[in-house]
Amino acid sequence: MRRLWPWLALAVGLIYFILPLLGMTEFSLKMRRGVYSFDAYAKVLADPRFQETFTFSVVMALATILFGVLLVVPTAYWVRLKLPRLRPYIEFVTLLPLVIPAIVIVFGYIRLYNTSSWLPLTGSAMGTNILLIFGYATLSLPYMYRAVDTGLRTIDVATLTEAAQSLGAGWVTILARVILPNVLVAVLSGAFVTFAIVLGEFTMAALLNRPAFGPYMQLLGANRAYEPAALAVIAFAITWGCMALIQIVSRFAPKAPVNPH
Amino acid sequence: MSDPFLSIQNVRKSYGDVTVVKDFSLAVEQGEFVSFLGPSGCGKTTMLRIVAGFEEPSAGNVMIGGQDVTGLRPNQRNIGMVFQSYALFPNMTVAQNVGFGLKVAGVPKAEAAARVDEMLNLISLPQLGDRYPYQLSGGQQQRVALARAMAGKPQVLLLDEPLSALDAKVRVSLRDEIRAIQKAAGITTIFVTHDQEEALSMSDRIVVMHGGMAEQVGTPFEIYNRPTTKFVAGFVGTLNMLDGTVTDPATGAVRIGDDNVVMKQSLNGAKAGDTLSLALRPEAISLGKQPGRDASIGGTISEVSFLGSVIRVRVGLGKDAVSLDTFNNPAAPPPRVGEKTEISFSSADLLVLH
Repeated sequence: MRRLWPWLALAVGLIYFILPLLGMTEFSLKMRRGVYSFDAYAKVLADPRFQETFTFSVVMALATILFGVLLVVPTAYWVRLKLPRLRPYIEFVTLLPLVIPAIVIVFGYIRLYNTSSWLPLTGSAMGTNILLIFGYATLSLPYMYRAVDTGLRTIDVATLTEAAQSLGAGWVTILARVILPNVLVAVLSGAFVTFAIVLGEFTMAALLNRPAFGPYMQLLGANRAYEPAALAVIAFAITWGCMALIQIVSRFAPKAPVNPH
Repeated sequence: MSDPFLSIQNVRKSYGDVTVVKDFSLAVEQGEFVSFLGPSGCGKTTMLRIVAGFEEPSAGNVMIGGQDVTGLRPNQRNIGMVFQSYALFPNMTVAQNVGFGLKVAGVPKAEAAARVDEMLNLISLPQLGDRYPYQLSGGQQQRVALARAMAGKPQVLLLDEPLSALDAKVRVSLRDEIRAIQKAAGITTIFVTHDQEEALSMSDRIVVMHGGMAEQVGTPFEIYNRPTTKFVAGFVGTLNMLDGTVTDPATGAVRIGDDNVVMKQSLNGAKAGDTLSLALRPEAISLGKQPGRDASIGGTISEVSFLGSVIRVRVGLGKDAVSLDTFNNPAAPPPRVGEKTEISFSSADLLVLH
């Protein structure tokens, strides 16, 4: 009897999570009457708007990851090395995107950077894209910062920094050749989460009127029957692929040497 | 006399109201091996970090090779440093770790590779160049750290308790190895340790530190045999502390227990009736009268510990007591507690402490 309850809880959980997915996947295969087919998938993949929005979002995701890494790694490193007392405050700031809705952030951006402001970023496509990257980086901050900070916790940042300094290295060399390679797996974990967030994000891209994947999914969902289901399965596959990549790369983390303490 | 290679001049380091290094000065000759010895919190590591450039002194200067380096960043000082925790870069192989400083300095690849090979041979690990730090033992990691610190031919080598994390056997063999490598390279070295045996066995000179100050600077022989303060005497080696009352300052006579001893050392201007702090190493004392030992004091055996080859005896001398070791003699039973006895020593070995 004791064993039954955990199994029952697991079964309920699996049904709760997997059944809708199975239903959606099955539905996405039923475009051709009477038989299962990948017609909906073929139609989605052949849609030039899919290719355009998907490519746009992938490029934005890569740019966001690059910006995020350049922002978060030096910040988390510096806080750990020189300003450990500020850590709780920095952590609080990085958690804010979880409690402040994306719509509030994007309205703030539009208000601050509109065409009549001192920095009219929304006046051009490139400017708006930059604004979108900032927005995406803000949304992914809780995950990216935590991933990098956890990675930094696994190495002796202060002593490795001093060892590199005593060997003649400056700050850029220390960050690029010593710190970053040792937290690369953590950075990649943050990067994959960022990729998944950017790919599915709707609010910011829609309000800034950019041709991203999120608004395309919403548009397709409003007008078609089978294609949105196929698109949702594709989006799930990408997200799960990212999760799988996190697991794979974490196996290649540089192993910490024998701790003398 | 030539200028010292490394000169530390009136250095003070304070954190708020707390001063951890007080007016520290030291001159180190080129190729010299100097140890900073002291208990935890005495300021030895802080002083080393000031030389390295990781801490900025509140006052004073550090000169290396005639150049004032006080304001230079650590990466501009051309120093090599070995840390207690090894601090090898986990993402790099042994060869990459050793060659890191050379790469940073822009040394041509072929030259750097040759130097890395040379260093790996020097630490007797030529076959481990492709291994990662996690694949090495603690002793091997510390040898690699030493090779890495020395690869760039630094002006000064700084060793921050490099043997503390190792087990006893490795520690002894590695300290001999470090000393041999340092001597061969002729590199000026500062070694921080709290282990007196390490400091005594490895150093040209020892700086005994206490409360942020250099309590005594001298060769291991001087530090051990001629400690000038109570702290040094108590910290380095085992010491019997005795109180003596000056009975005749003119002849140097001092009463210890119930007997008088004529001191060879100066009584530091003490007057009759003054109490002096005296010290005697256990190995300077013999049980019973011995030829060549000009002083003797009567006492009572208060404790006997049979330790196999050695018998440790404690002898009460009035309100004081001294410990001494005698070799076990199978033909003679050890002394008994309560037995009246006499200890003898050379009055020249009796130290007067400040």
